[in-house]
Amino acid sequence: MKPVALIVDDEPQIRRLLRVVLEGENYQVQEAENGQQGLTEIANRRPSIILLDLGLPDMEGLEVLKRLREWSEAPVLVLSVRDDEQSKVAALDSGAEDYVTKPFSTAELLARLRAAQRKTRPEEEVSIFKSGNLIVDLTARVVKRAGREIKLTATEYALLRLFVRHPGRVLTHRYILREIWGPKSEEHRQYLRVYVTHLRQKIEPDPTKPSLIKTEPGIGYRFAG
Amino acid sequence: MSDAERPSPDEILARMKREETEAARGKLKIFFGMSPGVGKTYAMLQAARQKQAEGCEVVVGIVETHGRKETEALLEGMPIMPRTQIEYRGTKLDEMDLDAILTWHPGLAVVDELAHTNAPGSRHRKRYQDVLELLDAGISVYTTLNVQHVASRSDVVRQISGISVHETVPDTVLDLADEIVLVDLTPEQLRARLAEGKVYLGERAEWAAKNFFRESNLTALREMALRLVAEHVDRDLRDIMSEERITGPWKSGDRLLVAVSASPYSERLIRYTRRLAASMEASWVVANIEQPRPLSQEEQTRLTRYLALARQLGAEVISTPGTDIGGALLRIAREHNVTQIVIGKPLGSRWTSFWKRDPLRWLMRNSGNIDIHMIPADESARPRHEPIEERLARAPWRDFGVALVIAAVVTALSLSIFDYTGYWAVSLFYLLAVVLAATRLPRSPTLFLAALSALLWDFLFIPPRFTFFITHLHDFLMFGAYFVIALVIGHLATKLREREQSERRREERATALYRFTRALAASRDLDEALPKVLALIKETFEADAAVWLHEESGLFCHPASTFVPSSKDESVAVWAFQKKQSAGRSTETLPDADALHIPLVTGDRAEGVLTVHLVNPPTMEQRELLDAFAAQLALFVNKERALEESRAAQVAHQSQKLQKTLFDSVSHELKTPLAAMTAALQQPQPDRAELQQAVRRLTRTVDHLLDATRLESGLLQPRREWCEPGELVREAVAMSGLKESAVRVNIAKNLPTISVDAHLIQQALGALLSNAAGHTRNDRPIEVNAARDDSMLVISVADRGPGLQPGEENKVFEKFYRGPGTAPGGLGLGLSIARQLVEAHSGEIVAQNREEGGSRFSIRLPIGEPMQLPNEATA
Repeated sequence: MKPVALIVDDEPQIRRLLRVVLEGENYQVQEAENGQQGLTEIANRRPSIILLDLGLPDMEGLEVLKRLREWSEAPVLVLSVRDDEQSKVAALDSGAEDYVTKPFSTAELLARLRAAQRKTRPEEEVSIFKSGNLIVDLTARVVKRAGREIKLTATEYALLRLFVRHPGRVLTHRYILREIWGPKSEEHRQYLRVYVTHLRQKIEPDPTKPSLIKTEPGIGYRFAG
Repeated sequence: MSDAERPSPDEILARMKREETEAARGKLKIFFGMSPGVGKTYAMLQAARQKQAEGCEVVVGIVETHGRKETEALLEGMPIMPRTQIEYRGTKLDEMDLDAILTWHPGLAVVDELAHTNAPGSRHRKRYQDVLELLDAGISVYTTLNVQHVASRSDVVRQISGISVHETVPDTVLDLADEIVLVDLTPEQLRARLAEGKVYLGERAEWAAKNFFRESNLTALREMALRLVAEHVDRDLRDIMSEERITGPWKSGDRLLVAVSASPYSERLIRYTRRLAASMEASWVVANIEQPRPLSQEEQTRLTRYLALARQLGAEVISTPGTDIGGALLRIAREHNVTQIVIGKPLGSRWTSFWKRDPLRWLMRNSGNIDIHMIPADESARPRHEPIEERLARAPWRDFGVALVIAAVVTALSLSIFDYTGYWAVSLFYLLAVVLAATRLPRSPTLFLAALSALLWDFLFIPPRFTFFITHLHDFLMFGAYFVIALVIGHLATKLREREQSERRREERATALYRFTRALAASRDLDEALPKVLALIKETFEADAAVWLHEESGLFCHPASTFVPSSKDESVAVWAFQKKQSAGRSTETLPDADALHIPLVTGDRAEGVLTVHLVNPPTMEQRELLDAFAAQLALFVNKERALEESRAAQVAHQSQKLQKTLFDSVSHELKTPLAAMTAALQQPQPDRAELQQAVRRLTRTVDHLLDATRLESGLLQPRREWCEPGELVREAVAMSGLKESAVRVNIAKNLPTISVDAHLIQQALGALLSNAAGHTRNDRPIEVNAARDDSMLVISVADRGPGLQPGEENKVFEKFYRGPGTAPGGLGLGLSIARQLVEAHSGEIVAQNREEGGSRFSIRLPIGEPMQLPNEATA
């Protein structure tokens, strides 16, 4: 059976376009033109991916996201014209898997779609991560590059572990901060970038051109897994 | 036409000014007569009926018929305004209802007896002030006036008829009249009318015939009336002549100066000079030379009244301090191009002129080509010697007591030692006491001490002792010398002290004014200035004050005011504002009010009102100082307003310009790619590259517009985080989408970590990169450098393009600015956005040309404190 993709958007033109793209990727496509209809469809159809627009006629897309997160774990890709960081961060923090701004390229959309569908891997499943000559062994708590062990600080290791567990997904600043330092993480916010820089210098093949930890300007980081 | 025939610019200006105000003003027609009973009211009513028949809306404001039948008959069929009743000390007085007429707003109001004095409590003291208000409101007025009520003639009338006239109308009101109609009767005809009972009834008529209506009186009055009207006609004629440029006898530029003091005689001098000036068509100046001797309350009031009279009669008034009257007068005369000086011939005794320099004689010797008119005082105006009781009441009894004590002490001391010193030395002790006393005591006690000590010395010490007799010649000479020396020293010392006091008062005044101006100058705006200024008024006058400012919907009391004005205060302030005249306490208008209201006037524009709550009526000095304060404040308010207006105008202009640019460039930037897309899509095989380019351009335009709006809205707050500069720059370059080979990045070693909003700085860098990519030629790489310059981190983006035109260095950062060499497309917003982003980080952005060609844009960011990472151990 084909996986179900649900498009929640009030613009018929966008829905038509997305249907063409998604059907090409072998999805069974359902459409909803407002928030209420969207929530009903999600409850009935149990889609494996949801493409959600933020500007809906009857309710805010963020509201739809918050409500569905109360009872559904289905990955959500937010599609919106709003390209300011606050909107993106708000959507990601409310439980969206990723965020794509209109206008978008279909190639990018599909890549994000695939990444979003990859479920967060439990720690046991990814006990060992490999990329190039970098090996991260989460069970043994050892990081090696070109066979030599790398010394990481506690913070650097915590960061790396978080990235490895969420490959391909955008992790917002706030998410990272909360995961590593807990609720009272605000004082660390201004240092996050520095920790990432330090981590890059230790694990990236060329720290001046990071290939593993990519910056999402104004939003957070994405680990290329 | 020769220059001499042409009216001078001043004349033209004066005419224009008059015509301007006259256009909105009502017309004033005065029915003028030599005395009561000539039929002025009758003539006026006839003229008014005529006007009514012509269709003009006429109301009778007030008319006194004095029971005359013919006059009453004329009133029939004319709308008569009911009078208002004003209660004064238990009696009800009928007065004209000014407000009712103003509300009714007829074309013409008939107002009898222009010289009438209103009942206390009315808005104005005088009816002519009511009339002026009617004229200001655009209502024409017919009124009546007798020659004896004209201010400049009233003293002549008193001389002729022996009757003092209290109800006077200033000559300036006559000058305002558009038409003066002389209602003339021969004295015989008038006396005949009087006998027939047409003027007064019964006994009153008989009494009048024997007094005021004597034939000799009437002849003189008639001549005066005829001359006054003739003068007026003459002036009208001259106006026409200068307008029509008819060559005529031009008057010389005469200017008169009259010296006045608190002496009652000054009033006559003022009136005389006014008449002289009027007949010569000359302007005139009234000068008061302030003497160091402080004036008594009565003298003060009198002087204030005289100077007010002079202003009312149209003079320029100058007050200046000086002990040398002659010198001061001559100085003023020269400064004001005065050609003739009028001065009173005093009735002073020969004794004073013996030891004072006579200012008159000095003036005549030194005046050069200035003519001197000397006017003898008449006996009635002889300075009334202050009754002795009044002087004593003013005399400082305490000071006399002190003088007595000094005399007693010195006497006792002298008695105890004169056995050793001899009696001549005693005179020196006394003299010393007089000199010391003079430095502290006023004049009369000092002189009293001088005389007393002389007598004491004679009586107690000069042999034969205990008698006033002096037997030896040398003792007698000694006594005489002592007496004169004591008096002269006492006199000189007190005079010196008085002068010093007067200097100090002037100094205080000058200081107050200086502090006032400085308080204003040091203030950025009105809200900052007013509390200081009001505190200064409180300190200087011990008075609360309020400032009213004119806003669109009326007068508002500024919150900095030191008292809360009552609604009565407000109505007086509004009046003062509208009329641009001082009102309230110690003025002509509403003198019963508690406070003095001075309008803040600059040029012909009123900005507000200064209301001062004085405890005592202000002295002339205080009044002048307050006026000076008000003038300064008015200038400040005016400047403030002008600044505000020009700022608003500039903003409006700028925003209008911006809006137009925005509209033009946005429509261009949106429509061009749309047109390209439409065209491409109409091809059977759409050109994908063309479409993609159009889409990119459209996207960039929309992004820039959104960024600019976001910055404009002020919502943008940098979220600072610690960044490694190299990483910051490399990320920005990667984000720019430029080919790797197109950019050469050079990061200095050991750059400090800086705290900025990385995303915003990268956005700014992106704008610089995109700008450089648009300008660089022959695919020469763009150079991006990051280095440290003292306390700043400098990130520069350099291209090899044509470089900047001179003067473009700042312009490139302006919104919608597009340089001459710019490639087509783009809103001209990118660099402006970059600058705002950098400035939000307290940094700066500069553009300059490179020596090797092309331009360099540098972002300079303050490095600030070094980062301190929270401690942690390695895992």
